[in-house]
Amino acid sequence: MNKKKRLAENGMLISILASVVSIIFGLIFGFVLLFILNPAKAGIGINAMLTTGFASLDQFGKVLYQSAPLMLCGLSVGFAFKTGLFNIGASGQYTIGAFCALLGGIAWQLPWWACLILACIGGGIWGIFPGLFKALFNVNEVITSIMFNWIGMFLVNFLMANMPILLASAWGASNSDRTAALSAANPGAIIPKGGLDKILGNSSWINISVFIALLVALITYFILNKTTFGYELKACGYNKEASRYAGINANRNVVLSMIIAGALSGLGGGVYYLAGTVQYVLEKSILAMGFNGIPVALLANSNPIGTIFSALFISYIQVGGSAMQPNFSSEATDIIIAVIIYLAAFALLMRGLIIRLLSGKKDKEVKA
Amino acid sequence: MNILANIISLTIVFAVPLMLVALGGMYSEHSGVINLALEGIMIIGALCSCFTLQSLDRSGFGPAHPQLSMLIAILVAGVTGMAFSVLLAFAAINLKADQTIGGTALNTFAPAFAVVVTWAVQGQGLTTIQIPTWIRITQANFGLEPGDGFWDMLIFKYFYLTTPIAVILFFAAWIVMYKTRFGLRLRACGEHPQAADSVGINVYRMRYAGVLISGFLGGVGGIAYIIAIGSGFSSSVGGYGFLALAVMIFGNWKPVQILGSAVFFALFKVIAAYNSSIPFLPKLEGVKDKSSLYQMLPYVVTMIVLIFTSKSSKAPKAEGIPYDKGSR
Repeated sequence: MNKKKRLAENGMLISILASVVSIIFGLIFGFVLLFILNPAKAGIGINAMLTTGFASLDQFGKVLYQSAPLMLCGLSVGFAFKTGLFNIGASGQYTIGAFCALLGGIAWQLPWWACLILACIGGGIWGIFPGLFKALFNVNEVITSIMFNWIGMFLVNFLMANMPILLASAWGASNSDRTAALSAANPGAIIPKGGLDKILGNSSWINISVFIALLVALITYFILNKTTFGYELKACGYNKEASRYAGINANRNVVLSMIIAGALSGLGGGVYYLAGTVQYVLEKSILAMGFNGIPVALLANSNPIGTIFSALFISYIQVGGSAMQPNFSSEATDIIIAVIIYLAAFALLMRGLIIRLLSGKKDKEVKA
Repeated sequence: MNILANIISLTIVFAVPLMLVALGGMYSEHSGVINLALEGIMIIGALCSCFTLQSLDRSGFGPAHPQLSMLIAILVAGVTGMAFSVLLAFAAINLKADQTIGGTALNTFAPAFAVVVTWAVQGQGLTTIQIPTWIRITQANFGLEPGDGFWDMLIFKYFYLTTPIAVILFFAAWIVMYKTRFGLRLRACGEHPQAADSVGINVYRMRYAGVLISGFLGGVGGIAYIIAIGSGFSSSVGGYGFLALAVMIFGNWKPVQILGSAVFFALFKVIAAYNSSIPFLPKLEGVKDKSSLYQMLPYVVTMIVLIFTSKSSKAPKAEGIPYDKGSR
């Protein structure tokens, strides 16, 4: 019984179990929905989603490649959560970061690492707004973030359309609806593969960005758990009034937290578009990558180390999702992600349930 | 003159979904629940409504009774939107979940669900549901001769059943909010739920009412948006649910001001689409993609307005905070 009690008090274990339960519920729900839509193909579909990521080295390379921006966006959302802020604006910061990275790479011919720094700065600037609006005018950061998602997207589309040097048409291609391919414009701006492609069977996707993201996750963990600054941030997240009473400048921390969160998302945009495999297409819809940072952070319970694994998982099922075609649309993955977010919304209840299950009969005995 | 008539009628047809959805957000927020899921609710309402229209079209009932069919489609949109919003209400009210995360979950779910279902029903790659052309109200409905004069353009170019219904729902919103016991109680639950509870108001029930009404209006707004863009439904409402949130804030959570700001935001949308053919706008020679610039402006204006109004904000005091009977 003592052992059970200890298990029930292990916060980490409970968080992991809560995430696993959410994932299982999500998968079951997804399967049932697919079964209703097309009973004959549901099994094939869900099998494709769950096995493709490991099916070939190339696909596994893709999982790693996509996990890097997801990890960074997840870290961004999680970092803001720790300060009690909901950064739904990761998408806008990601877009601005991508724009700054491409601006540095194509227009200014900078090397890749300088472009990544620019991406951080761009995202950070975009994070200032929700932070400042919250600190100075007490405007809910969710509202500001949503507005700045749209402002960021329209601004980037507008700027790119008016900077012909960024577009593919200036670099020997015919289309002007997307940015130039980095291989044509500035091969030095492509993030190096670091020999990883050799290990992963010449995967065209992989580069060192997943290691950059891992490093950033470790740094974030260190800042949050081993520094005074991180302690102050978390104190503001738990109780703003109490931390102010203890002499912590809560407003300053809100702004700083949003800047750092913005920089993380911006870096995510940088690593995704500097891989040399995708070009930014001038679209009229918000990029989904920033939003996918939300389930990554929620699954990890905002823990930076947990974010590594949750980003890998989300990336894994997304790569699998695109293999479900033509039987099902790849958006089926998003349905599973939505269920995971929904369950995470009442995380406390889930935890309570798991604690009760773990401690088994203990509850009843205490009551008796 | 015809271009003016065109701009006015387009503005109205785009203001309709914005106003309906913003009014929906207003009901929900006055009851104390932030409804971030409006975008998703619009998508679900539009999805079910478009399928209804399509099947009515195929059965022959639609072309025979166009406006009755349209009314059915609008009701389907409202009811399915309402059903979808139950998910938010359940998480936010019964389980005391974080409302913004719950809303985000619904917003992630709706477009994915719409794509998967449309794909499964219509076949691979066919992700756009076309809406029939008979839904438009024409001069013939009133026994008039078709024409293309100023008034014909103004009234009939983009005249759909959603517009008169939106007018009715607008007046209903004003009356419900300010002239009924229900409206007063609803607002009490958003301002100070403990006080409302102490005088015998069932806070949970009022909040359910607020969210469900917003679900209904969100669903109707969804089909109204699809009618406005006129190019069929492809699993998206183009961020109008979020724009409606901005309209609601800009409108200070009050029906009349929401109507005004919906028209204002819709005008920017129309200018963004037709800026090259509108004579009195600045020309901005050599600037490309002016449409993005005009589409960005409403959001920028909302943020500037928020700076000045935040001190005297009329936002419901208790919005976003789950009501717990035991807490003090």
